[in-house]
Amino acid sequence: MDAFPTEIVRFELDGKTIEALPGESILQAAQRTGSEIPHLCYKAGYRPDGNCRACVVEIDGERVLAPSCCRNPKEGMQVNSQSERALHSQKMVVELLLSDMPEQGKSPYTQRSELDIWAEKLGVVQPRFAGRQQPVQDISHPAISVQLDACIQCTRCVRACREVQVNDVIGYANRGDHSTIVFDLNDPLGVSTCVACGECVQACPTGALMPSDNVGLEVSDKTVASSCPYCGVGCLLTYDVKDNRILRVEGREGPANKSRLCVKGRYGFDYVHHPDRLTQPQIRCEGVPKTVELLNPSDFDKVFRPASWEEALEVAASGLKRIRDEQGPQALAGFGCAKGSNEEAYLLQKLVRTGFGNNNIDHCTRLCHASSVVALLEGIGSGAVSNPFTDVEDAEVIMVVGSNTPVNHPVAATFFKNAAQAGKDLILIDPRRIDLARYASYSLQFNPDTDVALFNALMHTIVEEGLCNEEYLAKYTEGFDALKENLKDYSPEGMAKVCGIPAETLREVARRYATAKSSIIFWGMGVSQHIHGTDNARCLIALALMTGQIGRPGTGLHPLRGQNNVQGASDMGLIPMVFPDYKPVGDPTAKHFFEKLWGTTLDPNPGLTVVEITEEIHKRNIKGLYIMGENPAMSDPNLNHTREALARLEHFVIQDIFPTETAGFADVILPTSAFPEKTGTFTNTNRQVQLGRQALEPPGDSRQDWWIIQEMAKRLGLSWNYRGVPDVFEEIRKATPSMAGITWDRLEQDHSVTYPCENEGDPGDPVIFTDGFPTPSGRGKFVPAKFSQAAELPNEEFPYVFITGRQLEHWHTGSMTRRAGVLDAIEPLPIVSVNPSDLGQLGVDAGTTLTVQSRRGKLTAFARGDHGVPEGNVYMSFAYNEAAANLITTDRLDPFGKIPEFKFCAVKLSAGGDPAPRLV
Amino acid sequence: MLEETLILFRNIRNPDYDKSLKGYKKAGGLKALKQALEMQPDEIVQLTKDSGLRGRGGAGFPTGLKWSFMAKDTGKPTYLVCNADESEPGTCKDRELMLHDPHQFLEGMMISCLAIGCRHGYIYVRGEYWPSIKSLNAALQELYDDGILGKKLLGKGPKLDLTVHPGAGAYICGEETALLDSIEGKRGHPRVKPPFPAVSGFNACPTTVNNVETLTCLPFIVNEGAEAFKAFGPENNAGPHLISLSGHVNKPGVYEVRLDANLKDIIYDFGGGIPNGKQLKGVIPGGASSSVLTADEIDVTYSFDALAQAGTMMGSAAIMVFDEDTDVVKLLHRIVRFFSHESCGQCTPCREGTHWARMIIRDFLNGNGNEHKLKRLHRVGGNMMGTTVCALGDACGMPIQSFTTKFADEFRDVQALAA
Ligand SMILES: Cc1cc2nc3c(=O)[nH]c(=O)nc-3n(C[C@H](O)[C@H](O)[C@H](O)COP(=O)(O)O)c2cc1C
Ligand code: SF4
Ligand code: SF4
Ligand code: SF4
Ligand code: FES
Repeated sequence: MDAFPTEIVRFELDGKTIEALPGESILQAAQRTGSEIPHLCYKAGYRPDGNCRACVVEIDGERVLAPSCCRNPKEGMQVNSQSERALHSQKMVVELLLSDMPEQGKSPYTQRSELDIWAEKLGVVQPRFAGRQQPVQDISHPAISVQLDACIQCTRCVRACREVQVNDVIGYANRGDHSTIVFDLNDPLGVSTCVACGECVQACPTGALMPSDNVGLEVSDKTVASSCPYCGVGCLLTYDVKDNRILRVEGREGPANKSRLCVKGRYGFDYVHHPDRLTQPQIRCEGVPKTVELLNPSDFDKVFRPASWEEALEVAASGLKRIRDEQGPQALAGFGCAKGSNEEAYLLQKLVRTGFGNNNIDHCTRLCHASSVVALLEGIGSGAVSNPFTDVEDAEVIMVVGSNTPVNHPVAATFFKNAAQAGKDLILIDPRRIDLARYASYSLQFNPDTDVALFNALMHTIVEEGLCNEEYLAKYTEGFDALKENLKDYSPEGMAKVCGIPAETLREVARRYATAKSSIIFWGMGVSQHIHGTDNARCLIALALMTGQIGRPGTGLHPLRGQNNVQGASDMGLIPMVFPDYKPVGDPTAKHFFEKLWGTTLDPNPGLTVVEITEEIHKRNIKGLYIMGENPAMSDPNLNHTREALARLEHFVIQDIFPTETAGFADVILPTSAFPEKTGTFTNTNRQVQLGRQALEPPGDSRQDWWIIQEMAKRLGLSWNYRGVPDVFEEIRKATPSMAGITWDRLEQDHSVTYPCENEGDPGDPVIFTDGFPTPSGRGKFVPAKFSQAAELPNEEFPYVFITGRQLEHWHTGSMTRRAGVLDAIEPLPIVSVNPSDLGQLGVDAGTTLTVQSRRGKLTAFARGDHGVPEGNVYMSFAYNEAAANLITTDRLDPFGKIPEFKFCAVKLSAGGDPAPRLV
Repeated sequence: MLEETLILFRNIRNPDYDKSLKGYKKAGGLKALKQALEMQPDEIVQLTKDSGLRGRGGAGFPTGLKWSFMAKDTGKPTYLVCNADESEPGTCKDRELMLHDPHQFLEGMMISCLAIGCRHGYIYVRGEYWPSIKSLNAALQELYDDGILGKKLLGKGPKLDLTVHPGAGAYICGEETALLDSIEGKRGHPRVKPPFPAVSGFNACPTTVNNVETLTCLPFIVNEGAEAFKAFGPENNAGPHLISLSGHVNKPGVYEVRLDANLKDIIYDFGGGIPNGKQLKGVIPGGASSSVLTADEIDVTYSFDALAQAGTMMGSAAIMVFDEDTDVVKLLHRIVRFFSHESCGQCTPCREGTHWARMIIRDFLNGNGNEHKLKRLHRVGGNMMGTTVCALGDACGMPIQSFTTKFADEFRDVQALAA
């Protein structure tokens, strides 16, 4: 393209004067003002490539035709898109391309072939050229089918894969009429390195790349604009629905995804149609004992009997009421879920606080970022991210710590890769070498557990080399002297051995971070899930404060939130210590405010956290439990202990869409609606409040979650009367001043609004802390951290370090994704990743079984060689009930965040073993 | 009788010439470089403009003018890249210059670098030309050893490095923007223009791409002045020119001519006429991509303008002669097959057009042609011109259009013969 014009340009198109906005091409200006110029290789949002030549126009004074997609108009330019020469060329292009379609003149793979559409508009019907020999279909991939006989070499998929999602799988090979797109080194898609993000499928104009099940030929009844149910990125998407089934999913323009999706968002929706869906309330049969063993789904009918809603709600509520009334409120607890909407989270915490009468309400945030949030609240007075992740565009240095972003926040990672490709420095700090390392300037594979040593060494360098931002320190921070004092013991030279990174590298990274115009830090659970998780986060906060790398675009602190609504669920007060908007339960003003809002008295004592509640159940102090959506029988540490606790409950009510591992322990199961079956707001990691819209009717007699909670509330003696989700949202606006300015109507219209948005009409602040912090003093506080070690170090008997986490295709405990056909087909078996040299030592071949044992439990899974996992470590996802990683993990907690140490415990490995049967 | 002009070939035609740096200096070499070092860059550009030098790579664009388009004050380095990819069928003149008198060419390159402020120049040499690559590298080594290249040009000028970059056998990498992609380590795809290389070229920096022969003219121009150079041709067609003469002639080879020679004389005087006393049927006057001339049309001045007027072009000055026995349908098939094989494949009219054109001509060869197909062939050719990303589309379109027009009857004859 020409150097970008900065002013509006007036030019003539087909005799009509039109205006082009700064940077617009002739084609874009034409489109915006209602003129049509054919185009095939151009796709909005992608770099125009100018290769198809369907968009050629005649420009006065130019000998050759110009591609209108690649040409910026100049003032006064005379452009003709309809002249005989231009039209003839446009038609010829379409005709040449059509002639190669498998059924001459039409794509047999999609109803929406752009080539067919233009052919019709241009009146090109029967191509006059004979078709040629074409490649055969490639159906080697579970998600995507490839039929290159319909390919028109527009390279939209190449740009999708290389420039947008930056997965570098698709290439353009050969020359001339042999030109073809290829995957990797001309491999079948199914064996290539494709991560099935589906961007290429969405980009392909002719159906040469399609979802695998021929859905392209089905015509949908309706499309519904919604968002993705999986991770905290919060991609917006569109469902194509036919006969109450989702046909396919497409990415939709959203602030966090720019139409991109990952494999889960795009291909992981058919769990909602899985036969395991609960469609009727269930009550545990009289006299069936609860044991630590997981319930085999085939035995479900022997343990539970279907019941009417009336009966089930009655049994559910009366059991809780009895315990509350007989043993006191403290004998009850509730677990919410970060997959539920803000409205559901809000209602559930309100149910516990006003109906149970205590603050024993927590959710999975405890297991992911609790320590980060504690450190953030303590240091800068707010647990939310300071800047959206899309700010990488404005950053010079991007530091990613303890986050396997391409796996856990795949779409956020695409923006990181875009930034790295644009020349920004990506600095990775993670014991595992993750895929992002290919794009990184630095990849520090430090020794697990030595985070504080490493961060302190970075800060030591910054202080020693005089790289602090003195002005910022003076104006916006407090407690620096104590930090400085603490840092003395952490010279890079001293810490190099501890963390396994050369001192000079530590110094270089520190300098780069401190001296860049703008540096931003992202972190994931590699930071938070340690017994020193809070200390880890404190260091990152201190790093940003001492260099003043916060409060401006392209800077700041961004703990990448895991679940689609973990930010929202926390904002809604689904946490034992705080009411909505992080108001401490012990704060008299806050208590008073909520007592007035809710018309009741409230418990001023903070409640218990997830693992503490389990412990109290174990001790039989808590007897009744209400769960919405969580799956502690898989997600909590030291599962044998957790499951024992669940089996000890006197009365246990769960609402869920599936008979999860946890549901097997329940007394009453209330069947609810899945994500696409309900409407609600969800807050992503960027603080963007977004609408999920109902696309389907829930199956059978399953009901909306908000309705179920309200029915429970009524039966616990509360007089709730919400008529629907918008009613609840109205109350949230009152309870949460930072969201007060967001109206339902605006959400309906804009789909996404960033908070803080205190008054109606506020645009919403993507960057916060621009002038100090919401702490009592208005300053950010340094909290020094000392290097400490994990709860359980390896020894001779248990020589390996066991690290848990997630994997791209499976979400958390797998309850949804293992029931999603494509995702399950891509990763069907429990995998344990081990460095190949360790595998060699153990005498284990990749693909054979390996038994992992800790002091708490044992499992058998399939070994996978992974050079990214350092020697002496093993890595596993916790999605598989036949090899539940949390059987192995320790339930020792971080003292501040009460988060378990999922990222470190000691295990021994042995070759072989029989995998347990899969229970899905 | 036409005589060879000996400017660029002055040393090469001297059987005793020693092409080493020592020999080149002895033959008066490097004088121009020394003089250029005393000049302001703008003065060199102006001198080149005044000389009327037009690019020898194929398009005949005025060289001084091209240099003056270089974006100024961008804060970025500027680059001179020499196009030594020489892949146009029939063309082999740059090879002679690089192989037999590398220092003359390199002196031209150094002068040109001074003119546009380039501190690191690249020479992109056709991959198959390994003897030329060897010859250039040896010559560069001498220049470095002698302290002429490196930190200070000639020991007192600005830093200048020159690097030889071998190609890998793709004709399309001779197109200047594909060439730049190729040096950058990418697949050689011509870029959409604008922006032109003078604004955003090698590594997105201002860049000029010039042909080997173009640059080799510089020492003479600096030494002898603009007027002397202009004297070797009519108005607007300055300088001596190397032609590559091939096909049905008795003495094929590379010759240096004035730009006012007659094409017919070139063929009969230099080429020694058609072998075996055959009649001439046609001439492709400027590389495979130029429009064909019939026997009646060859009485024409061999200059940029005269050839353009005759509806063809000088291109890379590769003259290919064919005699009365030549099957022009086969000949066109061979030409189109070349372009279809070498099309980079990115834009539709060329990728598909070259393919279909080849298919249609094959139909004729197989006896399946007809009037309809002849028309379609003509149109496919026409549609490739002026609609593609690079000029390869035009390069294939021009022979298709000219052959189907000028030799239409032969297409009909092939058909009749087969039937
Ligand atoms: C398909 C194609 C192939 C070309 N191949 C060559 C080549 O081999 N050598 C060359 O000097 N120029 C070649 N050119 C021309 C270059 O693009 C460019 O115009 C030339 O290098 C400019 O140099 P000049 O101004 O000195 O002539 C080619 C152009 C096209 C379109
Ligand atoms: S699905 Fe994604 S990773 Fe796979 S080939 Fe397409 S764009 Fe590339
Ligand atoms: S597969 Fe589709 S997107 Fe890719 S080049 Fe072919 S037509 Fe274009
Ligand atoms: S005209 Fe041919 S060679 Fe040139 S860019 Fe287009 S496809 Fe490639
Ligand atoms: S849309 Fe412009 S060239 Fe393809």
